[in-house]
Amino acid sequence: MRVEVDQPKCVASGQCVLMAPEVFDQDDDGIVELLTDRPEAEHHDGVRESVAVCPAAAIRLVAD
Amino acid sequence: MTETLADTAAGLPEHPMPRAAGCPFDPPPALHALQADSPVSRVRIWDGTSPWLITRHDHVRALLGDPRISADPTRPGYPHRSAGTKANDQARQTFLTMDDPEHARLRRMVTAPFAIKKVEALRPSVQKIVDDLIDAMLAGPKPVDLVEAFALPVPSLVICELLGVPYEDHDLFQRNTRVAVRRTSTAEEVVAAMQTLTDYLDDLLTVKRARPGDDLLSVLATERVAKGEMTQRQAAETGVLLLAAGHETTANMIALGTLALLRNPDQLALLRDTEDPKVVAGAVEELLRYLNITHSGRRRVALADIEVGGEVIRAGDGVIFANEIANRDPEAFSDPDRLDITRDARRHVAFGYGVHQCLGQPLARVELQVVYNTLYSRIPTLALATDFDQLEFKHDGIVYGVYELPVTW
Repeated sequence: MRVEVDQPKCVASGQCVLMAPEVFDQDDDGIVELLTDRPEAEHHDGVRESVAVCPAAAIRLVAD
Repeated sequence: MTETLADTAAGLPEHPMPRAAGCPFDPPPALHALQADSPVSRVRIWDGTSPWLITRHDHVRALLGDPRISADPTRPGYPHRSAGTKANDQARQTFLTMDDPEHARLRRMVTAPFAIKKVEALRPSVQKIVDDLIDAMLAGPKPVDLVEAFALPVPSLVICELLGVPYEDHDLFQRNTRVAVRRTSTAEEVVAAMQTLTDYLDDLLTVKRARPGDDLLSVLATERVAKGEMTQRQAAETGVLLLAAGHETTANMIALGTLALLRNPDQLALLRDTEDPKVVAGAVEELLRYLNITHSGRRRVALADIEVGGEVIRAGDGVIFANEIANRDPEAFSDPDRLDITRDARRHVAFGYGVHQCLGQPLARVELQVVYNTLYSRIPTLALATDFDQLEFKHDGIVYGVYELPVTW
């Protein structure tokens, strides 16, 4: 699994940080930051749920 | 297809629709019927126009996330909630009613304090506020109105601390917010209440600029306004938005959520007896889904022709999103009319969806988690002190809830 984020789209709802804190963080303004673009398998569910709830469609899964 | 003239609207269902007597937690039955039979259909609203009503969970998410849908109430075709909100929307605009890129620019000026780590750092203060209010309730006479003694003070105290608003002024901002969110308020009443609040915040910003503190209004005054990134009036209007949204919504979730749990004692017991933060967090999401207190419909206007659910919404058509019924969509949630705090409710749309989704949601989550995790374990015998049938619900409110909740223990 490879993850991409689109910071200009992010609206700082913070849900990805709650669902996959090992993968997503926020900068000082609450905008999404990637901690890793290749999360461990145990975090894949949290990443998928983050993609599903992100209100701004700012997170994408990319095929390798 | 642009049937927006009043005379073509006759015969359409009227929106908003009434809830069924005796079922105050459930959306209006007519919304269930529309969702099942014609999920994208026209309704008639107060001014005689006929915007579209969107009722399915997948349609709500697709359209609220679509940049061809505008939140700008000054565009022709926008379906206003009432004469009051129409007058107010024309008098002032915050990022809530703007489209990108200006929406994003202004919203980002106030997102910092709502980042997850920042609101987590507030959790001990929220816990202390909750504990102190419960101590005071337990030491005082009973029965007591939970709204006045607890549900309203908790979020008011928290948002005051975050913004830097003196809590001593709560009567002024609570009273004017109540007028602003009441659907039956006249245009003059809404505009006057919002002006009072804006003037109040404007004065506070002037004070903060001279003597800044560790709060959001000080940041707006000394950085954003001082550097010309926003005007002081924009900062004041943003402050009003955060202050009003910060206390009115969470207060209703606390009181109505408590009532829903008292009526579902098995669910209340699960919550009271758990020490697992994940169970508490899940319960908060489920109560947000089940109650969906922002029940007056999110309002938008189409910028282009958009095909959805077999219908074509034309450019210039108004669109109303009935998120309260989207959260009861059986395609999205199994057995949706049952309150089940153990379900995974995280895909609810109680905070909206798209770029305008609630800015304060991380703070609301922490407040509700602390409240639901503390109130029922500290007062395990908490009970309604009046007949359920005697309670008055905010049918006329932009935000739903109970006016009073007399409780005893």
